[in-house]
Amino acid sequence: MRWSSLLSIVALLLLPAIAAAQDAATDPLQYSGPAWSPYLVGALIGLLTMLTFYFSDKPLGASTAYARIAGLLGKMVAPRHTESLKYYQDNKPAIDWEVMLVVGAIGGAFLAAWQGGESTGEWLPPMWEARFEMNSYALRTVTALIGGVFMAFGARLAGGCTSGHGISGALQLSAGSWIALICFFAGGITTALLMFRV
Amino acid sequence: MSATSKAEASKKLPVDKGGPEKDTPAKKEFSAKQLVQGLLFGLLFGFLLQKGGVAKYHILLGVLLLEDFTVVKVMLTAIIVGSIGVFSLYALGLVKLHVKPTRYAANIIGGLTFGVGFALIGYCPGTGAAALGQGNWDAIAGVAGLMLGSYLFAEASGWLDKTLLKVGDRGKLMLPEVVGVSLPVFLMIFLPLLIAALFAIDRFAAR
Repeated sequence: MRWSSLLSIVALLLLPAIAAAQDAATDPLQYSGPAWSPYLVGALIGLLTMLTFYFSDKPLGASTAYARIAGLLGKMVAPRHTESLKYYQDNKPAIDWEVMLVVGAIGGAFLAAWQGGESTGEWLPPMWEARFEMNSYALRTVTALIGGVFMAFGARLAGGCTSGHGISGALQLSAGSWIALICFFAGGITTALLMFRV
Repeated sequence: MSATSKAEASKKLPVDKGGPEKDTPAKKEFSAKQLVQGLLFGLLFGFLLQKGGVAKYHILLGVLLLEDFTVVKVMLTAIIVGSIGVFSLYALGLVKLHVKPTRYAANIIGGLTFGVGFALIGYCPGTGAAALGQGNWDAIAGVAGLMLGSYLFAEASGWLDKTLLKVGDRGKLMLPEVVGVSLPVFLMIFLPLLIAALFAIDRFAAR
């Protein structure tokens, strides 16, 4: 009884804190939107998948590229151990189509941002700084690094990422891709709300 | 269990879903021609991702906070156009399909893990590359994490392959088989539903 009343007092005290956390600075809509219509971009990405299927016999995907590069780096440090791993027996650590796709994507985004005057050149996203501390470089670096670890492990386990499952697998009506896509957002929405709205 | 259910599944839907996606000697993805094509398609992909705004941290976090639906608009339009396009090319015999395998446990647990990482990093593997190209230097730490996580998975892959990846392994299962209709019938119902969802989002979402 005493515990429950204590808890409710704590909850009441927390409410203003939660309300204060929802200040305007972390409203994503106050920052710039897309340069082009998202429908136009989506349609062009849809056409791009037709080209990759036709010319390269490959669906769009990005996450395997990181695994291949990680394997190449692993081979430099511990060649025999890396080659003994099941994943690298099935997926050779080498530069392939998808690694080049990701390298190209860096260049393509650079050109698009430069052409549209949207190059950022910043170490912290403004919305991050608005929510966490100004100049919180260390926190952002650690969060992005851990996020990357979770994301890549999850992508390999699920069998793809937002491109491989979310676009290519989903458009081919793979049941697993739609399940994975729903889970990407379920996990992401829960975590993002805890980060920004609690 | 999985072998028989896979065989049954492929009997139900007369579609060639493509072979296993492992590296085989027959695969040409390491050839110079493939590498050049990958680079060119990557340039287009990255250009489009940046123009679509999905290389921006606040747009990606915006969809996870259910406030900015740009990502959903881009993805759903790509799925609709790509689905019509790729299945048309397939019907004409011009392309092979690469249907992704369905493994219930791995899809769900891996998907949720991916989602947690998605919110923490604020980019995904494709849009992270685009964010880096755009000049969001915090993506460098994210890319390092993506490589580290991939290697950690490889470390565990021998064990996962024998355990979690076998749970609910249904092979290259497609949605029409789940519902029990043919591919054209499914597309004729499903694609209009996706288009309707897109109209609803456009009508009610602030962005």
